[in-house]
Amino acid sequence: MVKLKELIKDPVAGEEYFLKGNSSCAGCGGELAFRWIMKALGKRTIVVAPASCFNVTIGLYPRAGPAIPYLNMAFAAGAATCSGIVAGLAARKKLDPSMEDITVLCFAGDGGTIDIGIQGLSGAAERGTDFIYICYDNEAYMNTGTQRSGGTPFGAWTTTTPTGKKEHKKNVPMIMAAHGIPYVATACAGYPLDLYQKVLKAKKIKGTKYIHVLAPCAPGWRFPTEQAIEVGRKAVQTGMWILYEIEDGKMTLSGPSKNLLDKKNRKPIEEYIKLQGRFRNISPEDVKVLQKWVDRQWEDLKIRLACQS
Amino acid sequence: MTEKKYWKWKEIETHTSINDLPPVPLSLPNYGSLGETGDWRTFRPEIDKSKCNKCYICWMYCPEAVIEIDKDGYPNIDYVYCKGCMICAHECPKKAIEQVREKKEPEGE
Repeated sequence: MVKLKELIKDPVAGEEYFLKGNSSCAGCGGELAFRWIMKALGKRTIVVAPASCFNVTIGLYPRAGPAIPYLNMAFAAGAATCSGIVAGLAARKKLDPSMEDITVLCFAGDGGTIDIGIQGLSGAAERGTDFIYICYDNEAYMNTGTQRSGGTPFGAWTTTTPTGKKEHKKNVPMIMAAHGIPYVATACAGYPLDLYQKVLKAKKIKGTKYIHVLAPCAPGWRFPTEQAIEVGRKAVQTGMWILYEIEDGKMTLSGPSKNLLDKKNRKPIEEYIKLQGRFRNISPEDVKVLQKWVDRQWEDLKIRLACQS
Repeated sequence: MTEKKYWKWKEIETHTSINDLPPVPLSLPNYGSLGETGDWRTFRPEIDKSKCNKCYICWMYCPEAVIEIDKDGYPNIDYVYCKGCMICAHECPKKAIEQVREKKEPEGE
């Protein structure tokens, strides 16, 4: 476990790579996630951001929030652009060996990963492009004003599902694990140090790495800004969001999710739901449907964990 | 060479004329890319240093990275850019951060 006092003095992690005064909302979970991801990756990183909040939060020309090379890219082209950059770097490395330590990161939202960008991501994973793909999942198209996405959970209000979404969330980390890539992990912005360690681990591995980060969004999920961390924590403690890593096909639960395999240890999802305004009009039947879905996710994990040992 | 020219680490650049800008449409890293975001605040977090035990949990959770550690090891908030999300006050285990309502500045200042 890393210690905060050591991290502050660390020459890489002690620096800030997403400078203050940018245009993200107050209490943004995605911004906190990006801050800790960059603390793990450091200055020698090229970031590609397909259309998401993070094209807007970097601020206005001629100033920029990120203190690293940062490319704004079209929605479907995030992972494809990374493939191009990695190929270009591979050619340049022959001339300039000092470029060996450059990491390529694709930082996409849930729309750019789950809905629109999945073909590019799947293609890059199949080619085995050496890059890190991080999806920060705020469970709707928050940048354009809270439209439903493939990541929105059942029963959640968005502007395009005013009575609550009728479909369940897509399980993209497992889709990526099915590609057979060397590293897949899930993290939550409520646990920044867990995210930091996972990104550090991914940095050292060669091949396509995929990390899915749950990022609470105060304006979109309708909760007061100071509760951003608590909502993220509750998502993990109730089992709505499961923290795990899959290294070369071997799955391990990580952090606070370790003890939650038994249903008795998980809190009821009402504790997570009642914090957020987007679940205000959910009916008691729908809560049961959602709870059943959560339990099914855990049952699937239990079978997978039992089979591999 | 180019890195030094475009990369002014921890310095605030002020562009006075169009000739200061790089020849390609490229934004330069800088503080306050949307101006002084401190005026978004409704509430201001104030650290009571007598209660602080230097656990740095506020530093860890601050999304905007406005909390800096001073020479004595105490966290300090940069009120020019702090957006007032109050995550630090909510997460502080010692309750050493107080939530104070911002007062309207008197006119003419």
